[in-house]
Amino acid sequence: MNVWIAIAVTAAGCYLVKLLGLSVPAGMLDRPLVKRLAALVPVALLAALTAQQTFGHGTGLVVDARAAGLGAAAVALVLRAPFLLVIAVAVVVTAGVRALGG
Amino acid sequence: MTAPEEGTRGERIPGRPEPSPAPAPESSPPSGPVARDDRAVVRDALGVGVAVGLSGFAFGVTSAGAGLSLPQTCALSLFVFTGASQFALVGALAAGGNPLTAAAGAFFLGVRNVFYGLRLSPLLRLPRAVRPFAAQVVIDETSLVAFAQPDRRGARIGFTVTGLSLYALWNLSTLAGAAGAAALGDTDAWGLDAAGPAVFLALLAPMLTSAVERATAGLAVLLVLGCTPLLPAGVPVLAAGLAAPLVLALKGRAFRAPRTPEGHGGDRESPREPRDARGGPGDANDAPGGVRKSVETVRDVPEEGGSR
Repeated sequence: MNVWIAIAVTAAGCYLVKLLGLSVPAGMLDRPLVKRLAALVPVALLAALTAQQTFGHGTGLVVDARAAGLGAAAVALVLRAPFLLVIAVAVVVTAGVRALGG
Repeated sequence: MTAPEEGTRGERIPGRPEPSPAPAPESSPPSGPVARDDRAVVRDALGVGVAVGLSGFAFGVTSAGAGLSLPQTCALSLFVFTGASQFALVGALAAGGNPLTAAAGAFFLGVRNVFYGLRLSPLLRLPRAVRPFAAQVVIDETSLVAFAQPDRRGARIGFTVTGLSLYALWNLSTLAGAAGAAALGDTDAWGLDAAGPAVFLALLAPMLTSAVERATAGLAVLLVLGCTPLLPAGVPVLAAGLAAPLVLALKGRAFRAPRTPEGHGGDRESPREPRDARGGPGDANDAPGGVRKSVETVRDVPEEGGSR
């Protein structure tokens, strides 16, 4: 039930912000600080989510096979690999390291 | 408009890269004969829609691995339909987060879509009755494709084709991933728990265009890792979101005091550089392709939203 609540709240919130953008007169949210924050908050959240889902384990932190997979994904990104390949590299390397007992 | 150099960036985005290697004729007149242009737009739009749509498979598997049921997973793709938020939500729920905390993280990630909408609205001039439907596909990729077109007709075609193909494929591949996850058994053994963070990293990488973004990302990582042992699941990510206003505040101070206020390594070279340094020529031109480019290009949109 909790999961459905989370889904409903997220869906409603995300839909409303999309609709809001299409509906409000341009210029209403046109403040430099608002725009800078809107561009920077996703940077912070994505970085945090990457770190947490790579190293998080319950309420603790671990370095395991995921770290190797994400390291490989980072290399793929530096080499300008396409989106799907980056994800595939992370998955395959993680699985490989885990299979080797990492 | 905030700064003169932003205003000079035209709303036509003539120099912006194409979303796929197939280039549209760069000098097509806004109202010229367009059958060939239309095909090029459709081709680009389908390229983005198919490539990104297929990554819904990774979401389906991740969501199932996080313990969500098949209907729950599919509901997320049908009704939330903004990838980063979906991954964030299932990740937070899997970690045992409070549902509202989890939803808050996902919501804040989705807020950027407001600014795509603000810019799309005058570009597409959608009829009022269409807006509620179009709104659901106002996301990174559709916005990029629309902004990359030289005229309104192209923007409408690009937005519509990208939106429909991406929506259809994202949902089908979500279903396939969620259904297939059961057959895979322990998804962690397949390394699929790395798909979520890899998606975040791939979305993040093209955003790191200047020291401000890198400082924000670095601080966010320190905050989330530092808070994880202390705060309930889901909250550390929200706390890390504070890195954005913190870095902006510190940067504002650094303009006056020529010292790096933020002590952590690697980012100290120039957090005080002008904030539009990232808007330089390399900004959009050095991105390789696909989603990464889309995110990088579209991310600038809020800067230009008021120019019309």
